[in-house]
Amino acid sequence: MKAFTYDRATSAAEAASAVAKTTGSKFIAGGTNLLDLMKLQIETPSHLIDINDLGLDQIEPATNGGLRIGALVRNTDLAANEYVRRDYAVLSRALLAGASGQLRNQATTAGNLLQRTRCPYFYDTNMPCNKREPGRGCSALGGYSRMHAIVGISDACIATHPSDMAVAMRLLDATVETVRSNGLTRTIPIVELHRLPGNTPNIEHTLEPGELITAVLLPKPSGGTHIYRKVRDRASYAFALVSVAAIIQPDGSGKVALGGVAHKPWRVESAERKLQRGSKAVTKELLANARTTHDNAFKVQLVERTLASVLNDAKG
Amino acid sequence: MKFDTPATNNPIDQLKVVGQPVSRIDGPLKTTGTAPYAYDRHDVVPNQAYGYVLGSAIAKGRIDSINLAEAKESPGVIAIVTAENAGKLSKGDYNTALLLGGPEIQHYHQAIAVVVAETFEQARSAAHLIHVNYSRAKGSFDLASEKSKGVPKDVFGTSSESSVGNFDKAFSTAKVRLDNTYTTAHESHSMLEPHASVAAWDGDQLTIWTSNQMIAWAVGDMAKTLGVAKEKIRVISPYIGGGFGAKLFLRSDALMAALASRVARRPVKVSLQRALIPNNTVHRSATIQRIRIGANRDGKITAIGHESWSGNLPGGGPEAGALQTRALYAGANRMTSNRVSHLDLPEANAMRAPNEAPGLAALEIAMDEMAEKLDMDPIQFRIKNDTQIVPDYPPRPASNDPQTKKPEKNEPHNPHPPFSIRQLSKCFEIGAERFGWDKRLSKPGQLSDGRWMLGMGVASAFRDNVVTKSAARVILDRRGHLTVETDMTDIGTGSYTIIAQTAAEMMGLPLEKITVRLGDSSFPVSAGSGGQWGGNSSTSGVYAACLKLRDAIALLAKGQKSEFNITDAVFTDGFIRSGSHSFLLAELAGSRGLVAEDAIEFGDLDKRFQQSTFGAHFVEVGVDRFTAEIRVRRMLAVCAAGRILNPKTARSQVIGAMTMGVGAALMESLEVDKRFGYFVNHDLAGYEVPVHADIPHQEVIFLDETDPISSPMKAKGVGELGICGAAAAVANAIYNATGVRVRDYPITLDKLIEKMPIKV
Repeated sequence: MKAFTYDRATSAAEAASAVAKTTGSKFIAGGTNLLDLMKLQIETPSHLIDINDLGLDQIEPATNGGLRIGALVRNTDLAANEYVRRDYAVLSRALLAGASGQLRNQATTAGNLLQRTRCPYFYDTNMPCNKREPGRGCSALGGYSRMHAIVGISDACIATHPSDMAVAMRLLDATVETVRSNGLTRTIPIVELHRLPGNTPNIEHTLEPGELITAVLLPKPSGGTHIYRKVRDRASYAFALVSVAAIIQPDGSGKVALGGVAHKPWRVESAERKLQRGSKAVTKELLANARTTHDNAFKVQLVERTLASVLNDAKG
Repeated sequence: MKFDTPATNNPIDQLKVVGQPVSRIDGPLKTTGTAPYAYDRHDVVPNQAYGYVLGSAIAKGRIDSINLAEAKESPGVIAIVTAENAGKLSKGDYNTALLLGGPEIQHYHQAIAVVVAETFEQARSAAHLIHVNYSRAKGSFDLASEKSKGVPKDVFGTSSESSVGNFDKAFSTAKVRLDNTYTTAHESHSMLEPHASVAAWDGDQLTIWTSNQMIAWAVGDMAKTLGVAKEKIRVISPYIGGGFGAKLFLRSDALMAALASRVARRPVKVSLQRALIPNNTVHRSATIQRIRIGANRDGKITAIGHESWSGNLPGGGPEAGALQTRALYAGANRMTSNRVSHLDLPEANAMRAPNEAPGLAALEIAMDEMAEKLDMDPIQFRIKNDTQIVPDYPPRPASNDPQTKKPEKNEPHNPHPPFSIRQLSKCFEIGAERFGWDKRLSKPGQLSDGRWMLGMGVASAFRDNVVTKSAARVILDRRGHLTVETDMTDIGTGSYTIIAQTAAEMMGLPLEKITVRLGDSSFPVSAGSGGQWGGNSSTSGVYAACLKLRDAIALLAKGQKSEFNITDAVFTDGFIRSGSHSFLLAELAGSRGLVAEDAIEFGDLDKRFQQSTFGAHFVEVGVDRFTAEIRVRRMLAVCAAGRILNPKTARSQVIGAMTMGVGAALMESLEVDKRFGYFVNHDLAGYEVPVHADIPHQEVIFLDETDPISSPMKAKGVGELGICGAAAAVANAIYNATGVRVRDYPITLDKLIEKMPIKV
């Protein structure tokens, strides 16, 4: 860990402006990911701006009939919230499938969205990684890649986004509310927040320098059966091999998003229209153009079978 | 005392304290966080600085140059030690790779520098400022491609290869045959407490507070590595947060702390960071195992052959997966072979039940497959081939014990020694009834519960009982309080407790009047903890010392009263009594107290009789019919391991080992990057071990057994038995649930999913 200076922000706009102005500065909230990365010197901020005092920790019904979730709401609190459990159960279930109780107590909503990949080559600074050092190459390609992405990948990176929560947020068509360094706010649909790796896997999201997420907005509840199914090698405290978030309506129509297969939560709206035709048709379109390695080729079949299980469960 | 004839009645047989399910006497210290583990020893010596170990970024090659300038300028840095300024170092007898690399690099993350600073954070930060230029050399990293170059290498005092009868002929003419290949993964010990040490020099005297299973070995190898006399080294390791073999030997934390302290002229503490441990220290080698079994139609084995290949750095030994096959099942024609290939991966070495854990993982799947070919129940097949003599006991090669280096004398050799006691079949019979084995359907894939396909599996557990010299000192003070001192270690096993129970039983004292002090090289040298030899051997050493103390006390009693009959003397309730005479131990101890020291030394009973521990594992699993996720639902182990000194701590040993078996079966695997030559998933996020949610109801039954040939305690080791065969029982249950046979561990869902019976 490199030595760094530290400040506490008192307003979101001030924090955004400060991070934009100060080279090498970063926000810190829960710190469950950033501190680990700093200890390994994968992240080397020279200045941290602590945003924990900004109060963004409320969950409130929004005027459009949806829900407004403060950026600093802890994962544990979000999962346990009565509105979330009643109207957005898929989100609650996704949250509880992630990490451990201790981590969920500390991790924040916005931090969860912006957490970085757990690719082991990204974590080992002796190994080439385009995310850490653009242009040095991707070690996972041709290396140990069982956990890695199969869709939306590039020759520069096959890392996955590790979040469970973000998969449910994507399914729910969430938008993030931000404040920029000039003090202006905007909203970004979650589909536009995370980027695919392309040639710049080091750039993981579309936020501007200093831009701070202040809230996540969920649209009006859609009803249906909410399922989050996370498939992993051990029963708890493991990242997904694949996960399926789904909301299925009584007529068999619905929505589905995947975790563990891409650099971002993976959803293909046109594939969802085939839900009533079963898992094979949906998977074919969801994973069209999938590019697998020797180690992760099984994920294609696993997605199809997990989706079949989810659709089976949705029938009750 | 010499133990060379089977034990007769002795004070342990009273079983007033020994054999009782006593809670750990060190439990309160651990649950209150007050047991001083190595890295917690802030108070033992003032002015401690922090060391941070830098590992090599390449697996094989040379360091061309190291630039320390920037790191030295970093805030708080006191010193940096590399091979260039460490002084002359040798390699410890028990180490294969050097603990400090450079300029030659032998494996990834081999320590190449330790940075000493005022704070941990400063040391870590400065370590990142060391710039190293390497020249990479080509290495061998893939066991499968190096397998054909494997060479036989003797292991644990026994020869690597053996044969009885004519295996080839018997196998080729057998009515029913199996010839399959199985693989087990590279595994990491992953104990909770990382390797950690505090080192302090006082003149030429070095004290190390560390976490080590074998105190005398640590002293010897530290002395040898530094080139100083053993008498100059003191090692203190009273509490150990798990070892599983990873802490059998001197490791880089201790050496780097010693070197750093010498250069910095201050006490230095070093803990290996978790992400360094899998590649810096030791692991269990992967194995490839070919098993051939031939049998008559009635299920009698006529030929059994087991070959095992593993990898290690030059000079390192094999993971001898075929060893147990010499002794487990009958059969007139047999062969075993254990070969090791040169790999440039980190050093492979002992991990809980070395040899048997991976060996039985393979053999016990083969037995399940063979039972199916024979259309026999897998339990009946095993019982049919049970044996009371060792079918294949090759002559021992000259000792390769690096401590003694003594060649074994030319002893008479019995190729088929009897087992001291062997109740394998009984374990299966009791287990079958308790587990409800009759509910198992022999045809796989027939039972389900919702989306879960259900299956049951069994496997034999088998592990040798090793006895080894162990000494102890007992001190009786004027309050009638007894202190036991021995350099025995407690690696979470319960040594403190069973030693206290032994002393209490021998001296007729309540447990509250016993203090046990362990893990200090100033105490008499014990068996230490490893190879499941520690519990039985170390309590036997305490038994010997207590016998000596009893004799001294009896003489004092007789001195007080000449008609006191020593031969009838009993020790009870704090008194020595004989007939109508009794004396308080406290009074006889007098103001100066009494001290007795002795060692148990074992004669040749372990050569005349095969001493082993046995068990039967029963496992029920569910496999998700869609995703092929595997979850264990129930486990039972029935164990026959001599007298159980403490059923509570012994049960903890067995369920912990069963859990480790589940890990090996379902998830544990260090993944090799064959380009860079290292274990990629080198932290606890990437190397998965079972969590609570993976472990269901576990039950352990101990047969009521004593083994007077083993020791005066009539006990045996039990710390490793529980892992032996556990993985195979899981594997066999998966097959029974799904009909899909996987012969490559760990059995992860990707190895099942293509063949799952239910298509979607």
